[in-house]
Amino acid sequence: MSVQENYRFVQTTRASRVAGLVGVVILIALIAAPWWAGRGDMRLLSEIFLYLSLAALWNLLAGYAGLVSVGQQAFVGLGGYGLFALAMFFGVHPLLAVPLVALIAAVVALPVAVLIFRLSGAYFAIGTWVIAEVFRLGFAQVTSLGGGSGTSLPIGIVKSIAASRSMRESVSYWMALGMIVLVLAVVYFWLRSRHGFPLTAIRDNELAAKSLGVDIWRTKFQVYVLTAGLTASVGALIFLQKLRISPDAAFSVNDWTAYVIFIVVIGGIGTIEGPIIGTLVFFLLRGFFADLGTAYLIILGLVAIVVILKSPTGIWGWISRKYDIALFPLARRVIRVNPSNENRNAS
Amino acid sequence: MEWVNAIVQGILLGGLYALFAAGLSLIFGVMRLVNVAHGDLIVMAAFLALVVTQTLGIHPLATLVIVIPVMAGIGYALQRGILNRTLGDDILPPLLVTFGLSVILQNGLLEIFSADNQKMNAGAIEIMSIPVADKINVGVMPLIVFGVAIAVIAGLQWVFYRTALGRAFRATSDNQSIAQLMGLNNKHIFGLAMALALVVVALAGVFLGVRTSFDPSVGPGRLIFGFEAVIIGGLGNLWGTLIGGIILGVSQNIGAQINPGWQLLAGHISFLVVLAFRPRGLFPRIEG
Amino acid sequence: MKPCGRFIWALKPMSDAPLLETRNLISWYGDFQALFGIDFHVMPGEVVAVIGANGAGKSTLINSIAGLLPNEAGSVRHAGQNIGDWPAHKIAYLGITIVPEGRQLFPSLSTEENLIIGGQTARPGPWNLAAVYDLFPVLAERRHQASTSLSGGQQQMVAIGRALMSNPDIILFDEISLGLAPIIINDIYAALPRIIGEGMSAVIVEQDISRALRVSDRACCLQEGRVSLEGISAELSRDAVNQAYFGI
Repeated sequence: MSVQENYRFVQTTRASRVAGLVGVVILIALIAAPWWAGRGDMRLLSEIFLYLSLAALWNLLAGYAGLVSVGQQAFVGLGGYGLFALAMFFGVHPLLAVPLVALIAAVVALPVAVLIFRLSGAYFAIGTWVIAEVFRLGFAQVTSLGGGSGTSLPIGIVKSIAASRSMRESVSYWMALGMIVLVLAVVYFWLRSRHGFPLTAIRDNELAAKSLGVDIWRTKFQVYVLTAGLTASVGALIFLQKLRISPDAAFSVNDWTAYVIFIVVIGGIGTIEGPIIGTLVFFLLRGFFADLGTAYLIILGLVAIVVILKSPTGIWGWISRKYDIALFPLARRVIRVNPSNENRNAS
Repeated sequence: MEWVNAIVQGILLGGLYALFAAGLSLIFGVMRLVNVAHGDLIVMAAFLALVVTQTLGIHPLATLVIVIPVMAGIGYALQRGILNRTLGDDILPPLLVTFGLSVILQNGLLEIFSADNQKMNAGAIEIMSIPVADKINVGVMPLIVFGVAIAVIAGLQWVFYRTALGRAFRATSDNQSIAQLMGLNNKHIFGLAMALALVVVALAGVFLGVRTSFDPSVGPGRLIFGFEAVIIGGLGNLWGTLIGGIILGVSQNIGAQINPGWQLLAGHISFLVVLAFRPRGLFPRIEG
Repeated sequence: MKPCGRFIWALKPMSDAPLLETRNLISWYGDFQALFGIDFHVMPGEVVAVIGANGAGKSTLINSIAGLLPNEAGSVRHAGQNIGDWPAHKIAYLGITIVPEGRQLFPSLSTEENLIIGGQTARPGPWNLAAVYDLFPVLAERRHQASTSLSGGQQQMVAIGRALMSNPDIILFDEISLGLAPIIINDIYAALPRIIGEGMSAVIVEQDISRALRVSDRACCLQEGRVSLEGISAELSRDAVNQAYFGI
């Protein structure tokens, strides 16, 4: 009996639909946090959101575009200093400054990218580090921003965010929450879009992608500039919360690169879910090892090395391979559909 | 006259930077690996020398007798134990593993030695200098370092082009599979290459510790100097790396003459300028 | 009963056991299976031709024997010993040598250095630099030149010389005529008796069927990863070979 069969493309999975619903519920709960969470909890949540943002962005750069940067702190610091400068010298409202620094950083990233894209692989990575050093040394020379010892955000500007402290904390928190939602949405929809779809191809096989007409250089360039801008916004939020900035803090390799890299590697590089898992693991471990300081970094480093050698796709890679799930599905699967409307999974 | 002096000192400083860079260049040449922990290994060697002088009471330069074999052994073990597993087509594993190593080394040294500045005392030769012209003195120590850099580079060239080991390095780096057919064990060859690189690192560390002060956090800075010297000089060219180091040292010193706070920045700017106009360096020999 | 009768029996007495054999050799490239259980053997002093179309698995067979591809221990045996799971650098010391497909000289090494490194295993035997230069005098003139600056035919000579320097018991020639002009190929094959004339065994992978059959004692035809034909070279009919080669 011959049956005419049709095929259609499907991108969502059952797991992703469930995760989507759960995500919405969690999001509503998080938005309501100022009403049920204490000050300390909100600060912790903000920190988690901002670290997760940095991790998701670094992952887009390294895990998808293959651009391993150990110099993203350049843009974190640029965002922080940008916010301070815009607010202190140009009277820009701090909340408006957050998106504004993204534009500034994107513009700065253009010539930077042109320069460092001349390097590749590990040399590219060290090149990004040099750029961060140049920024750090540069800002240390700017006396109006406190030079080498840095400066604090004037009270007047702080008060302009909101009148009461509890309102300010809520606003800061919501900004951080908004940031992570924005970053995850941008990353997810970018990768699904015409612009970002080549990234997964580039990551899997650059030569093949090139031979299919993918403009590697331009795709990577776009990703670099995009990540620079968003990273700067995250940096602005970070230092808006800290209320104080200095070159060493703004451009710290440990804080903004080492931790982020470990988060992504342990969670699962090259997947959207990976940084989420990694951030949760990171903060969980930090709770246990809080007192150890440098030893915590050593432990993280060792865990990261073991993960890279034993399970290069991290915790999420292991889970998704074992149970074949994707919460942020990017792959498109083919489903066979009979004219009598019986769906049968072809994959 | 101070400008000429700045340039002379910069040239001598270039010798130290070339020492930082030589090991990096060697490893990249043989196995296309960039060791992000390179600078931290140099610092580790310096601390090792410090411990040896303090416990045995011998002259810092004499510690080389112990530091060199120890570092070579560490290099061989590191390569065969961990780094060999990261080699392959994917650039992420070696980068991420050596980055992890860098963080571990820095913090490990911090735990053991604290963040205090250290410096080894080489005695009289540290202050000795040779007057070359009016207001230009060439320090004996920097001159020794420069001489060591030249000797190291000449030595490495000799190993690479005149010995069976060097032949094995070149063959393995050209074509791993065919090299194996010749009876060469890649894992062992790479281990030897790393051991050799860490011999150079040992020298760099000891001379770093004698020439300037150091603490656990200065590793990345030394990596960057080495890296800049390699890129300026041109990939795959050890003598080019010496020139790169000299250009870097001179840039830094000229920058410092203009404004003491601009020393490091001037060096980075030199590097960026070369990157902008001669991306493959001044005397390149291989592709990056 | 060797049709070619080139052997000096006193040097290498024939024994009944194969010098080299594969048993049910299976090989995968990722998800793609290249060999489906190859039984293949070479007796001491024998020359065996391996013929087959592109992608039939000839080079895979060679690379598996040499240890460049991982295998079950018992699937490759040398002089009665299981070597299937041995690494390539260890197998080199057994006197198994390849002249690789496409020559694959070391670009960073000079001509002479390529030859010298061939002798890395330092096995005893008649072959050394002087002997190789005697066989291929043109190489002596170019000994210090970069190996890759030589012509195709000269590079092939270097590749063969490099293999000889290890004084092997068995040489595996992987498509030595590939990319060379016919007159050069003739020259190289003319030198073949001198190369393997001392009782050495050889496996010759070739796409040129008639030439392969002419220089070999036995022939083995691969088709899509399987042995499709095997027999004494002089006795194989052209039709049978064509059928086995193309699988029709």
